[in-house]
Amino acid sequence: MEQTGKKILVIDDEAQIRRLLKVALTAHGFEVQQSSDAIDGLNSMVSFKPDLIILDLGLPDLDGLDVIKTVREWSKTPILVLSARELESEKIKALDLGADDYITKPFGMGELLARIRTGLRHVGEQVEQPIMTFDDLRIDRVKRIVTVDGKEVKLTPTEYELLITLAVNTGRVLTHSFLLKAVWGPHTETQGHYLRIYIGQLRRKIEIDSSRPRHILTEPGVGYRLV
Amino acid sequence: MPKEEKRTNPDDLLADIEKESKGKFTVFLGAAAGVGKTFGMLEVARDKLSEGVDLVAGWIEPHDRPETANLMVGVPIIAPREIEYRHRKLKEMDLDAILKRKPQIVLVDELAHTNVPGSRHTKRYQDVEELLEAGIDVYATLNIQHVESYNDIIAQITGVKVRETIPDSILENARIQLIDIPPEELIQRLKEGKVYVPNQAVKALNKFFRPGNINALREISMRFAAQRVDRQMETYMRMHGIAGPWPAGERVMVCISSSPFSEQLIRIARRTAEGIKAQLLAVYVDTPKKGSLKEKAKDQLSKNLHLAQELEAEIISLNGEDIAEELLEIAQKRNVTQIIIGKPGKLSLRERLTGSIVDKVVRQSQNISVHVIPGNTQRVEGQRNPKGSFKRPTHLLPYVEIIGLIVLITLIGWTWESYLGLVNMAMLFLLPVLYGAVRWGLSAGILSAIMAIIFYDFFVVPPVLSFTIFDLRYVISFSIYLLVGSYTGNLSSRLREQIYNSRKREAQTNALYSLSREIAAVSELDTVLDSVVKKVTEISDGQVVILLPDDNRKLRVRASSTDEHLWDESERAVATWVFEHKQIAGKGTDTLGGAEGRYIPLDSEQGTCGVLGIMSKNKERYLQPEQQRLLEAFASLTALAVTRISLVEKAREVQLLSESDKLRTALLNSISHDLRTPLASMIGAVTSLLEDNHLYDEVSRNDLLQTILQGAMRMNRLVNNLLDMARLESGMLKLNKDWCEIEEIIGSAVERLAKALQIHDVNIRCREGLPLIYVDFVLIEQVIVNLLDNAMKYSNPNGKILLDVRNNNQEIEVTVQNWGSRIPQEDLEHIFDKFYRVRVPRQISGTGLGLAISKGIIELHGGRIWAENASQDSVSVTFVLPIDRTIPKIPVSMEEFSNGADGKKNPRN
Repeated sequence: MEQTGKKILVIDDEAQIRRLLKVALTAHGFEVQQSSDAIDGLNSMVSFKPDLIILDLGLPDLDGLDVIKTVREWSKTPILVLSARELESEKIKALDLGADDYITKPFGMGELLARIRTGLRHVGEQVEQPIMTFDDLRIDRVKRIVTVDGKEVKLTPTEYELLITLAVNTGRVLTHSFLLKAVWGPHTETQGHYLRIYIGQLRRKIEIDSSRPRHILTEPGVGYRLV
Repeated sequence: MPKEEKRTNPDDLLADIEKESKGKFTVFLGAAAGVGKTFGMLEVARDKLSEGVDLVAGWIEPHDRPETANLMVGVPIIAPREIEYRHRKLKEMDLDAILKRKPQIVLVDELAHTNVPGSRHTKRYQDVEELLEAGIDVYATLNIQHVESYNDIIAQITGVKVRETIPDSILENARIQLIDIPPEELIQRLKEGKVYVPNQAVKALNKFFRPGNINALREISMRFAAQRVDRQMETYMRMHGIAGPWPAGERVMVCISSSPFSEQLIRIARRTAEGIKAQLLAVYVDTPKKGSLKEKAKDQLSKNLHLAQELEAEIISLNGEDIAEELLEIAQKRNVTQIIIGKPGKLSLRERLTGSIVDKVVRQSQNISVHVIPGNTQRVEGQRNPKGSFKRPTHLLPYVEIIGLIVLITLIGWTWESYLGLVNMAMLFLLPVLYGAVRWGLSAGILSAIMAIIFYDFFVVPPVLSFTIFDLRYVISFSIYLLVGSYTGNLSSRLREQIYNSRKREAQTNALYSLSREIAAVSELDTVLDSVVKKVTEISDGQVVILLPDDNRKLRVRASSTDEHLWDESERAVATWVFEHKQIAGKGTDTLGGAEGRYIPLDSEQGTCGVLGIMSKNKERYLQPEQQRLLEAFASLTALAVTRISLVEKAREVQLLSESDKLRTALLNSISHDLRTPLASMIGAVTSLLEDNHLYDEVSRNDLLQTILQGAMRMNRLVNNLLDMARLESGMLKLNKDWCEIEEIIGSAVERLAKALQIHDVNIRCREGLPLIYVDFVLIEQVIVNLLDNAMKYSNPNGKILLDVRNNNQEIEVTVQNWGSRIPQEDLEHIFDKFYRVRVPRQISGTGLGLAISKGIIELHGGRIWAENASQDSVSVTFVLPIDRTIPKIPVSMEEFSNGADGKKNPRN
């Protein structure tokens, strides 16, 4: 049993899911508090001061999206959203409103724990690190040098910008519109093809097999994440 | 024998029955104001009230006569509605309140009243019609001078023209109660101030209330009432099979033109027809010349036709050169017994020579009686445009050209005079006359003739260079010039008009034809409506809208030529009225004439299916009769198309229903099997772990847990498939298209199946030069997952699976091929059907939905999918997606270009 001491708030109206999460997360050393609706959840935010929130979007009293909005008005606590499979647009909305990540129901516990860890690591870690390493991929932000397996890869400024944006948010899903805005500036949300083409180019340069990417992972219909 | 026929004419009987369901209409008819109509009506009303009949007063004129006021006591009144018009509050009968209240009998004073603009109908009698239609009995009062067909006679007798008239047709089925008092008494009452007279009209009315006038009016009203009695008698006799002196099948035909005199003709014809109980036809012959009618004349013509329609005449419009001939032909064809035609005022020279239309009609009418009615109006000015509107020489150019030509000819003549001789010179000068006349018509013809005469006279006719003529015989040549000029000019003008008119008509026919062709084969409603709107906009020169009812029978704009804001609440209300009453209304009609647009119901056999609205740019104008006819033709064409499409939709719904029946059965079978199997294993495993945990060692416990996981995964897959299928079938699956790389989609799909694919030998082959495709990433990924999943199911462990992507002629072609087995030929075409599973020796788990879903998704993208046996022991499933050719270019900066474009293939160090 790990002892992380981190506090997790679970907001979900399904008793079964709450029970499962309570058991599993407690076993992994987290301190867990549960809320069955949004109002109670928001109150617990204040009293419990969690390090991470697991939020189901379908709540009885408030829309989950509104909960995210409210929390983001005064807190940067990472939010991990639970959502149904077919609601891609919901996920994107949640992420754009400030949720940190999402996981689709049904999910495996291993996957959930990985997401929780990524989420917890994020806090305060998004700061600039001069050198970032992802297995064979190494980014030297001081010298602006990217190497794969020790060999330098020449990137265009746009490709580099894209890679850095993904890298500083390691493990996090970045939505298409977020990436477009971050790399190409505002008013480019409709230019989805820019992103596809540059992601393709980038993969050809930094992935060993670009059709089976290991670093830049596609989140279908939502966005990309770098691992 | 003919007796028998008359007796049991079912149509007549049906008409009588229909009348039964409407409200009964009783009119208290008086010869003039003050005879006591309102009084009489109220007396009857009081009797009815005391009998317990539910009677209300809808409108009683608020004259302050004590007798009337006394009678009003105790009669329930529906409060009038207040309408603000030009900053004044005016009171009107509250039609809707009465309809809502729905009494047995309603009293309506002053039937001929014209409503305040902004009311639903222009006239009060139209309100009454609606009340009758709603099954409410109506008592109304009316003076004989307001009856349309007597209007002009009375005006002639009394010298007072009444503007407010009601069509005779409304009185057709009314019971007439004549209120009559001797003239002396009426005059006495007038003197006593018992007749309500507005102050300013006292003088005029005093003139009106002379014994002679009153007697004439009394006679007319009595005759009118007597005629009704006749008709009611006849109806009675017919219903009871009593033989009698039935009127012969008379038909009266009135010939109308664009003259205001026609109005009078139509009224006379109505009376004649009424007298002999004949059917009335109103005929209008459109000649090529009339194509050049001035706007005013056109309006008058529309008015005339409208009046004829109001007086229940059948309108017949004809086209032809010879008016008389056309008139006679239709008269013969329709067995007309009497023709009513106006006596022309001034005759044109030509008419004097060849005989007027009337002469011709009279001469050739054979056994038809012709009534020639003298007009009291002078011939209307501007009825005919003397020059013709076609290529009129409004510019100076033609005159300059003619003068130039004549100067040229004069020069030639001057130079070659000795060769040519005077005779040829005369001929030479005829040339510009002919030219001018043929080219520009009558006026140019005459002008060139005059010019030619002047030049010829001055330069050629001796003495040269003077206008004096020695030989008077030259006057003959001059007259010939003039004759040639005018005759040829006239001829060519008319020819042009004819061409112009036939072109116009051809254009209209073409418009109709092309519309019907355009919408005949189309099965999409919106496409049809758009074509109609486009076509109607073309011909009507205005804004066009089509409103169709939604599921709640509320009209919604389905197609319009401009933004929908033009059709605001009040316009929609008019359209709704049209829709409900199946009548044309709006601008230029008598119903809801205050509206901006005119609305035509889309009538079909199935009932009214919508409304066509036109808002003319030229706000003041009536629609021309030919335009109106064309619009109505368009409307019925549209109605046909709309009905056809709705029928097709219904048929499709029925088919879907029966298909969904089959589907439901298959679904139930599938669910019961595919959900229960994993559930059974899961429940079994879980209960084992819960109850006998101590019996299992680590390995078996893990086995049981794996069983649970697999069962749950299988159920998850099934649920997902079912949901996908349901969304596909219900049409709720919306494509969320964006530019995608097919390689990326494949990568994502393979990633999802990574675990399962481990035991297979998967080979992915992406060819060079794959463009971006515009698809829904998630759904196409789903297709590839389904195909790979399918391939794994039907191949052995370690079996080879090939995923091949090609750019094939504007299409992306993706093939998933697996080795290990074949699909029997007869199964190949069915494997994309729902719940279809190939029978193979092995039990393969699956829902039988994966391929069906894939097919649905691919077809939503406009692609195709098929399966084939690729070789002896391999099966391939292939789908193609169209490549959108407009792949957007990315603006690449110079630096990007030099680095990135090369860097893609050979990254430089």
